Amino acid sequence: MTLELFSQYLLAGITYGIIYAIVGIGFNIIYNTTGIINFAQGEFVMLGGMIAISMHQWLPLPLAIVAAVLLVMLIGALVEILFIRWLDRPSVLRMIIITIGISILVREAALHIWGEGVRSLPYFVGNEITTVRILGARVSPQVLWVIGVCTVMVLALSLFFKYTLQGKKMQACAANRVAATLCGISTKNMVTLSFMLSAGIGALAGCVMSPITYTQYDIGTGLAIKGFTVAILGGLGSSMAAVAAGLLLGLIESFSVSVVPLAFQDAISISLLLAILFLRPHGLFGNKDAADLKEF
Amino acid sequence: MKRHLPLGLLVLAIIGVQLLTRATDTAFYLTPLTMTAYYSLVIVGLCLLMGYAGQISLGHAGFFAIGGYLSAMLTTKNLVPFKDNSLISLCDELGLLVHGQDMFGSAFTHVQPWAACVCAVLVTIVVAYAIGIPVLKLKGHYLAMATLGFGIIVYRLALAFPLFGEADGISDVPGFPILPGLAVSGDFSSRVSNYYLAWGMVALAVWLLVNLIHSRVGRALKAIHGAEGAANATGINTSRYKLNTFVLSAVLASIAGIFLTHYNGGIGPSEAGIMKSVRYVAIVAIGGMANLWGALTMGALLNIMSLRGMFGSYDDAVFGAILIVIMLFAPQGLLGISLPAAFKRILRRGE
Repeated sequence: MTLELFSQYLLAGITYGIIYAIVGIGFNIIYNTTGIINFAQGEFVMLGGMIAISMHQWLPLPLAIVAAVLLVMLIGALVEILFIRWLDRPSVLRMIIITIGISILVREAALHIWGEGVRSLPYFVGNEITTVRILGARVSPQVLWVIGVCTVMVLALSLFFKYTLQGKKMQACAANRVAATLCGISTKNMVTLSFMLSAGIGALAGCVMSPITYTQYDIGTGLAIKGFTVAILGGLGSSMAAVAAGLLLGLIESFSVSVVPLAFQDAISISLLLAILFLRPHGLFGNKDAADLKEF
Repeated sequence: MKRHLPLGLLVLAIIGVQLLTRATDTAFYLTPLTMTAYYSLVIVGLCLLMGYAGQISLGHAGFFAIGGYLSAMLTTKNLVPFKDNSLISLCDELGLLVHGQDMFGSAFTHVQPWAACVCAVLVTIVVAYAIGIPVLKLKGHYLAMATLGFGIIVYRLALAFPLFGEADGISDVPGFPILPGLAVSGDFSSRVSNYYLAWGMVALAVWLLVNLIHSRVGRALKAIHGAEGAANATGINTSRYKLNTFVLSAVLASIAGIFLTHYNGGIGPSEAGIMKSVRYVAIVAIGGMANLWGALTMGALLNIMSLRGMFGSYDDAVFGAILIVIMLFAPQGLLGISLPAAFKRILRRGE
């Protein structure tokens, strides 16, 4: 493998990896406050891209993206208020089925609104053939946008959880819901907030990746599976570990292309998911004893 | 005696529906009815796994596809170029191959449908054990995701291998002669016999499962569903019971896949898709999880409506909406709600 090819794979891996990481963090935020895995997580990414594309007909690109992110956050809040907020201690099986139902409804609605066609936002800078040279590889500047925006998002999130009152409240809910309630934190509002937050970061990732990966009504399921793999790989509930795991999965996927045909790419990452579930369900960086105490 | 009453009703309903289509000259309903029967076979198996053993599986379309695809591949792949292979000639000597000429006059050799069927079921059993042993150690979200992952892998493999026809699937699958004069095929003349064959299989499966549920095994499964730790403590080998139930339901799905493929004369990758698995889970949930008859009734009703195209392009959306509504308002299933109790609950919430 030449250096040029190597860095090409490397950059592709990082690009996809950081997107998976964002979806994985979305899973983690909701899981931490509710104990629920939101199977509709990938749908937020799809909606972000789709709404931004539609908005771009009337608005300039940055405004269209902001509007799309805000709208998807609203949808995330609506989903929580309509389907989850008023349930009294639902069983895990019930929540799995409800969130799967939500993801089907969102996908079908998208199919009827936007059709089956593949759409995309325009490139933020330049066009399809603009390239920059990095480490001998030629990549679109959009790749840098994806990596940059997602990195900023990850940093902003970690600052949010560490230094703001809302972020600390959410962390308190994650640590112990009953104790948080006793301290006067409205756990129900925190759950709504966590849905808005993970919908928002998903939507933003959906917008920046749209020019290079394209947006179609059914990309959500694939992203959700990858995001879940990443969340498990890093250890469920730990957002920073999800970033490392995301990059790892992205790199494995992109380098696997040089060994096996592209058609098997998904099969490889899902096999990785199965292997992790069987061998280290607490994740690569997680603590086994801590994981045993959690409810899945 | 009480438990055989619904079974009698099922048999009466099967015969009644056929006579009705005959009397009203609507025999075209028999085709979707026959297909529904095979889907019902998957559903009763999944009902045993989900409702009675309490283990979710979002990968049952995968087992359906393993059965269907293997049987289709073995009965259509022309083995003439491999006839010098020692394994093939051994199969030939054992009478497992059929020889003939296609309509262009060139010779073909396929695996005999019975042999293909047995082979597909055996492969399903091996795969179900191989997947089931690690998967069933997981619980909740992890179990759901692992079975979903298995389903997607089967779907991707069906799409990736030219042997399985990639996106086109496999077509021109021959009929499956069960007995002399009785073959599973989409042949126009054998519509009635196929209808009875399919629903007869459902009745047989339900009879077996009802007996199983009312036996030591069924009680053990209910104990596992209620409290796995407690069941373990009373000496029930929980992991073995879960595994065997998983394999049994996988085999039922696989058999359904084999027969439906021969009936339709082909199979495509959509049969292995996630939406199919979700649909099976939806129907079991609507029927009320631990309610074999509920799942069977709702499954027959919804599949007929779906196959007749009553939901139009909203087919998947309807199943998604049903899933949410049932799980939000009636987690015990449609047939499990008692209206007075539901009213009382709503009134109490209003206070």
